[in-house]
Amino acid sequence: MKDLSLHILDIAQNSIHAGAKLVEITIKESETRLTLTVRDDGCGMDAELLVQAQSPFGTTRTTRKVGLGLPLLRQAAEQADGAFSVESVPGAGTSVYASYDTGHIDALPLGDLAETVVTLLQGSPDLDFAFIHSWDTPTACEAALDTREMREMLGEIPLDTPEVLLWAKEALTEQYNLR
Amino acid sequence: MKTLAELAEIREKMKGKVALREGSNETRIVVGMATCGIAAGARPVLGAFVEKVAQKGLGDRVTVTQTGCIGMCRLEPIAEVFEPGKERVTYVMVTPEMVDRILDEHLKGGKPVWEFTIGAQEKQGE
Repeated sequence: MKDLSLHILDIAQNSIHAGAKLVEITIKESETRLTLTVRDDGCGMDAELLVQAQSPFGTTRTTRKVGLGLPLLRQAAEQADGAFSVESVPGAGTSVYASYDTGHIDALPLGDLAETVVTLLQGSPDLDFAFIHSWDTPTACEAALDTREMREMLGEIPLDTPEVLLWAKEALTEQYNLR
Repeated sequence: MKTLAELAEIREKMKGKVALREGSNETRIVVGMATCGIAAGARPVLGAFVEKVAQKGLGDRVTVTQTGCIGMCRLEPIAEVFEPGKERVTYVMVTPEMVDRILDEHLKGGKPVWEFTIGAQEKQGE
């Protein structure tokens, strides 16, 4: 995984697979620190599965025996003076946290976060996504997109309509351009 | 600035068109988006398919969808084309640059791009 945006796309697939209705993706950047939270209201994991999910030698996929999504994010965070944890409640949902020092030489670049959000909308138009990325420098601001607000305006029009995806991409890109 | 109100305009414009996309007889392009696919560069490939299917006016008969691990991680990014009544075609190690030819020659022209397929790849490996 080359950047944070690709990790987020990958981690969010777990939430989709867990049957989540809402996936909240929050990135907070202070001057030196980045904190990522991916929280879902999916089926959650019991203690045993939670341990297995964090091991590269555990997976729910049926095509092979390794699952690298969470271990790769953990490695990426820890190599940049970071921290990583997963909390889960069976039947209620799962939260994945990762944080790292943005000034560290091995810190992940952000990547194209707008494209990640659009890819999630395209792949799971029936789910809701709440994305908020806030930063302190140079001035405090944020880029955000909430599909619940979009749906209110769109009614029966699906989120994966090309015109809607283009709108989402442009809306987020515009907010990032203000940085 | 983009506003939510613009979505209401899209809704107005799209009225009546939505039902057309629900047909089950349509062609599907499925891109593998598990950890292996994403790490190998599947996101820009998927993005290129979504954008160019719309651009080339194929949107009413071709849908682009995502799937998990297809099981051949070393050949990712993988895109599979399912056409009604035809055999599945599996494209491997796909790049965004390959998308134009796949859409023009295969989806429009009806002739799969052999050198991009898993068959060609396996032959090369022999």
